[in-house]
Amino acid sequence: MQSEKILELKELHISFTQYTRGLQRRTIENVCGLSFSTYAGEVTALVGASGSGKSLLAHAVMGLLPYNASMDGEIFYRGRLLEKEQIEQLRGSEILLVPQGASYLDPLMKSGAQILKGSRDPQKKAKLKEIFQRYHLKEDAAALYPFELSGGMSRRVLIAAATIEEPKLMIADEPTPGLEKKTAKMVMGHFRELAEMGSSVLVITHDLELAVETADRILVMHEGRVAEEAFPADFQAEETLRHPYTKALWRAMPSHWSVSARGANDEER
Amino acid sequence: MRDTWIRIGKKCIRFLLLLFCTSIAAFALMKCSPVDPLQANVGQTALGSMSAEQIEKLETYWGTNASPVQQYLAWITDFLKGDMGTSLLYRQPVSQVIAVRLANSLPLLLFAWALSGLLGVMLGAVAGMRRGKWCDRLIRGYSLLISDTPAFWVAMLLLIVFGVWLGWFPIGMSVPIGVAASEVSLAERISHFVLPALTLSLTGTANITLHTREKMIEVMDSDYMLFARAGGERGFRLFWRHGLRNILLPAITLQAASIGELIGGSVLVEQVFSYPGLGQAAVQAGLGSDMPLLMAVTLICAALAAAGNLTADILYGLVDPRIRKGGAQR
Repeated sequence: MQSEKILELKELHISFTQYTRGLQRRTIENVCGLSFSTYAGEVTALVGASGSGKSLLAHAVMGLLPYNASMDGEIFYRGRLLEKEQIEQLRGSEILLVPQGASYLDPLMKSGAQILKGSRDPQKKAKLKEIFQRYHLKEDAAALYPFELSGGMSRRVLIAAATIEEPKLMIADEPTPGLEKKTAKMVMGHFRELAEMGSSVLVITHDLELAVETADRILVMHEGRVAEEAFPADFQAEETLRHPYTKALWRAMPSHWSVSARGANDEER
Repeated sequence: MRDTWIRIGKKCIRFLLLLFCTSIAAFALMKCSPVDPLQANVGQTALGSMSAEQIEKLETYWGTNASPVQQYLAWITDFLKGDMGTSLLYRQPVSQVIAVRLANSLPLLLFAWALSGLLGVMLGAVAGMRRGKWCDRLIRGYSLLISDTPAFWVAMLLLIVFGVWLGWFPIGMSVPIGVAASEVSLAERISHFVLPALTLSLTGTANITLHTREKMIEVMDSDYMLFARAGGERGFRLFWRHGLRNILLPAITLQAASIGELIGGSVLVEQVFSYPGLGQAAVQAGLGSDMPLLMAVTLICAALAAAGNLTADILYGLVDPRIRKGGAQR
């Protein structure tokens, strides 16, 4: 039984316009022809090297591409084309983003206020307490400014800010770097809980090992598109993987180092 | 808390040193001026008809034949005792002249300062949030135009349009001519006040608008703004919760630092409108080689400008928790 398709990208292209020398313009295409889907109740991991346009993709879905970027292609949310007006309605309530790091917190606002987004709803405040407990944040962390939080704490605050709503779709952009393995797994565990409550979770990461261990579906991004869509079981052996890039990634995983000594470079291209 | 007081104490000492250095610089510049105080204040013909002994007597009376160092020392000992000397032009104690002038100028400066600050932050924020849209272009175009226009020229333009053609406002002075000081009504004072205040506000706005716009664009492009928008915040709420507090800090600094420029502008604008303020007194004292008056005006202006910077420093800590708490922790 296939569960509901939440997010579907069709042939997504994202490019940047830059001025190089004087008035000479240059267009750089970071995402070229990306297509994939995520499903309710599943954790999908999008794996790719840094700089491969993964974050850009997250911002594109949120409708928050930077000033000089342009996008082509179609994004569907629960079967309907996601237009500018719709995403403006949906983000923050149904579609949520867990951004990369502490720089995404307003430096001049207390963390609790940022999570609540100015809401005075007592229910939300109660939920904030509950969430803080769940993520092992001390209650007084809500009264701290971002510069007073440690790296791990600010990451948990960012996750807390997203989970205080009940998202249908959660996009987590590199939520784990800088966290210990144990904490990283715990974070992934929270995403799993969300998925079990019926959300679709898209985790963008460069940590293939973590993805294999915790996701239901793995998308390998290479050269701006999805090179391979695989299930964790496919990563048991090199043979079940199809794309050479994925195979190279597989061999680069520390647990496979004994098998990978030879041939990694010739097959990468 | 103790650290904060030490910090403020240090700033105050620096403030006094600054005033001291300013007084030396102003004095030295005045000494280099080719305007002869005797000639300027007695008049060429009167001076020509005087005998050498009379001139010498006068020089001794005014102290102009003493060495510059002696003159300066004499001035500063009196000044420290609270005696600012007697104005050569007005034949009145400088403190009296300054009191009258300041009473005219302060409202002008304060009004222009507040209005240009408010207007500048508002326009800059709107332009920055609507980057590239027509209102941004309009605001930016206006600001660039104004910031390249000298204050005296704007003053003359307003004078011609509103004072001469339309006749809405008087063309100069701070009170109507030929009316006893006690009979001048508040409405009359205000109508004389409007044009110079408007000129100063207009010219002061451009700078802060452009800087605020730049900062707002930076804030809009920031990660935390992206996250706030991803959380569903937008429009005025977004501005109020995240935009304003992040642009306020540079705006405060800039606006406090602009007091110096404002005073500079007021010198020109008061001249155009014959508005009897501090700026006009400075021009007269400079041209008339009225040393005591000029020194006092210079010091007061320097004190105002430095006080602005000092205020910025203190406010900084109030607005930015990183400075407020960071200072307390260390």
